[in-house]
Formats: sequence, C-alpha cells, structure tokens
Amino acid sequence: MRPIAPDLFVETKDGPRLLGGRRKTDGKIVFPLPAGAERAYFETIELSPTGKLWSWTVQRFRPKSPPYAGDEDEKNFKPFALGYVELPGEIIVESRLEFAGAEPRIGAPMRLELVPFNLENAQATTYQFRLENAHE
Amino acid sequence: MSDVYIVGAGIHPFGRHPISGLEQGVFAAREALKDAGVAWEDIQFAFGGSAAAGAADAALPILGLTGIQFINVANGCATGGSSLLSAYWAIKSGEFDLGLVIGFDKHPRGAFNALPSETGLPEWYGETGLMLTTQFFGMKIRRYMELNGISQRALGLVAEKAFANAVHAPHAWRREAVSLDDILNSQVIVDPLTKYMFCSPSEGGAALILASEKKARELGQAKVKFIGAAMRTRMPGSFEVFSPSLDVERGPSPAEIASKAAFEHAGLGPEDIDIAQLQDTESGAEIMHMAENGFCAPGEQEQWLAEGRTKLDGKLPVNTDGGCLACGEPIGASGLRQVYENFVQLRGSGGGRQVPGDPKIGYSQVYGAPGIAAVAIIGK
Repeated sequence: MRPIAPDLFVETKDGPRLLGGRRKTDGKIVFPLPAGAERAYFETIELSPTGKLWSWTVQRFRPKSPPYAGDEDEKNFKPFALGYVELPGEIIVESRLEFAGAEPRIGAPMRLELVPFNLENAQATTYQFRLENAHE
Repeated sequence: MSDVYIVGAGIHPFGRHPISGLEQGVFAAREALKDAGVAWEDIQFAFGGSAAAGAADAALPILGLTGIQFINVANGCATGGSSLLSAYWAIKSGEFDLGLVIGFDKHPRGAFNALPSETGLPEWYGETGLMLTTQFFGMKIRRYMELNGISQRALGLVAEKAFANAVHAPHAWRREAVSLDDILNSQVIVDPLTKYMFCSPSEGGAALILASEKKARELGQAKVKFIGAAMRTRMPGSFEVFSPSLDVERGPSPAEIASKAAFEHAGLGPEDIDIAQLQDTESGAEIMHMAENGFCAPGEQEQWLAEGRTKLDGKLPVNTDGGCLACGEPIGASGLRQVYENFVQLRGSGGGRQVPGDPKIGYSQVYGAPGIAAVAIIGK
C-alpha cells in the first residue's frame, strides 16, 4: 500500500514516525514537513510516536468531496474521532484518533500507528494516534 | 481628526430568500439611506464586501453611477467588520464626511467546503477528512470545557437564549424559541456541539451610513458615535481553523488582542459595556469570547449563564438579536449586523428585545477564518 502522501511518515524498526521539519535558522519544529522550495530551510526530523491527547471531536457525517477522498457514501460512512496530540517538547499534531470504545480525557497517552485508508479506486496508508492503556 | 458617527442603518432580513445576495445588499443600503435621511448622491465613498455573492460594487449600477470611490473588501469572516473599520478610518482621517458600508452574502446550504490548495495545505489533509471548520469549533470548545469546567448545559443555555431573543428580532432567521432539552438532545453535529448549537451559512444584507461630526450635526443625527475600534490577525500559538499542527507554546487569540486594542483606544474597560454582540459561530464561541473579550475570567461563564447574566435583562446582555445562532452567517453582512443591532439598541428601538435601562455603550466583536477579529465599540 502506498502512503497517502510522500514524506508524511516513515516506518522504522521501532515503528512508524511522522516526519516534521526543524527550521535551520531558529530550531522551530513544524508539521508536516514543508514541500517544494521551502524544504531547503528545514532539516527533516522524525517526531515522537507518543504524546498526550490535547483535544478531540468526532466527525459524524461524510465530509464533502472534494476534498474528502474516502470511498464511502453517506450511508456507509462510519464516524471517526479526530483531534490533536501534544508530542512533548516538539509540536501538537492533528490526527485521526482511535479510542477503542474508551472515554477519552485530555492528557490521555496516545501512540502513533499506520492504518489503511480506502480511496475510490485504490488503498493507501495514513496515520492515526491510538489511546494507550485505556484501563489505567 | 473627526469623531465618527453612525447616522443610519439598514438591514435585509437574514435567512433564505428567492432574491440575489446583491439585491439584499441594495435593499439594506436603501434602508440605511432612508434612516439617515440622506440621498445616495450625497454619499462620498463606500466600502463593501461579500464572500460568495459577487463584488459589492455591483451595487453601483443599481444605486447610481455617481463616480464615487468604492472599495471592495474581502477579509474572510471579518469582511463586514473590516469594511466598517476602513470606512471609520476614512472619515476619522478627515478625508471624507459621509460614507456607506455595505455587506451582503448568499451561501449554499450546509458546511463550507474548503480546499487544501486554497490555503496552502497539502492534499492529504483534506483527503483524509481533517479539513472541516466544524471540527475546529468542536475541538476548541472541548478542550476549553475540560480545562475550565464548562458544562454541556452551558452550551445549551447559550443557544436557548439566542432563539428566545430572536423571537423579537424581525431580521433574524430562526425566530422560534427552542427548549433547553430540545437543544441538548438534538443531533450531535461534532462533539460536543448539537444541531441547535451551530449557526448555518445563510443570506442577508446590512448597511451603515457613517458621518463626520460636522456632517452628523448637519443631519441632526449626531447621537451614536464610535468610541473604539480595532482589527487584528492571528499571532504565533493561536488556535485557528485548518491547522495540521500547533505550537506547544500557546499564544493569545486574535479576539483577545483586538479587544485589548479597542478598549485601550476607547479608554474604557469591559465593566463599562452595557450590551455586547459577540461572534457566536457556535455556542462555545460565545462562551469563549465572553472571556477573550475580557468580560469574565475563563470558567466564570458557567455561573454567568446559570444566573442568566447575559439575557436581555441581565448584567451584560449578549447577542440581543439572537446572534449568528439565530440569524445565520452571511459572511459579508454578519459583522455589520452586530453593529446594526447595537445601533438599534442604543436608540431604544429594539421593540420586544430592547434591553432595559437605556444602554449607552455597545460592543461588537466578529471573528473568523483564517484567524482574524474585529471589534467596534459605539456609544451615545
């Protein structure tokens, strides 16, 4: 399966990592890694795969296309959670989220994973953060 | 430098109408001219805007090709507020004595669908379903609620008040009271916000006539003037719509800095304000803006709402015509509607929604994508 976009994440022997940029002039961290000519101003870095839930919501209706590219129609669309995860000392990233039925609280531990994403005529991989240790 | 007066105001009811956005804007302009008692030929300049209903200066062939300076304004959700401020500075500078501010819009039904390419974002962001304005509102208020102890019920109370006020506002769209239970139990759009807690894109037009002090006196209309105004954009660490990432170090919101600047400009503080129209794209926005504009500390909204302090007869009535929740949001006109409503209230012509006690100072604040806010304080 191809990634939904190039240079969005990489798979390492320790699991997936989102790619960010560290601005060469002042060390500021950005996500996603800038594309095109802007890239030259950033050093590519792997972001932390774990962080804390910063905020969340649930998308309950199928977003309009474009830009949404999922293959579901209005009827079989499944609501998904999304929100922000704070990667300590780095940056707060927006992501699809998986709570696996648990009640999310701000500050809860989250871990990065890669998941399939069905496009109309193809399948791609995207990223999401999953709630860790839901019972703790 | 001259003081700047509002000498006339007009509005075309917000909602859904079988006429164009432009026609609604022209209707509002003519109402405003009539209200001020001036002829179109007397107007020296105009600022106007619409986001989805064409260029505002398309009103010229209808109102009359008088050759005046007409500048189209496009500034996202703060288009109306930006037009107003532009006209304000134009008169204050001494360059002009009489001008029109016009805003109108006509949006398609349902949530706005923005495209990544329009805002410099990568395609995957939209493709994977992360690019909806509604999500931003849900996430901003969710965090705010958890950190500041705001309840779901408080969100409901804001919407209940909006519809109750709108019953008495002829220009509002949704003019039937809705019970708190119905609001809390209606369909969840994006958690924690339900259907009745969200405003919808709509249609409408609003117009104001601004005059220098000299002109306002000539017209016998020197009653309500600007006492503070500011427009500001986002700073680092502000949480705005369509952000794939945020800085760990958080910063002030555009509304916070615009509010501070407008209060400084006016030489007033939040305690001096009698009524406020605050951007209520959804219930949570009104709650957060109560604090961002300095009217209370974060978290105090819970008690304010429980005690009805923002109702028409409360300590600080907020969104006296039902705000965006009841009027919908035609982007070009929305910020002008707020000032129209304050103008009506200060003149004591609010009818069934008139705030008691002869309010003297009205505050309005518009906020929107991509991270802009405008504040106008008017008084008599």
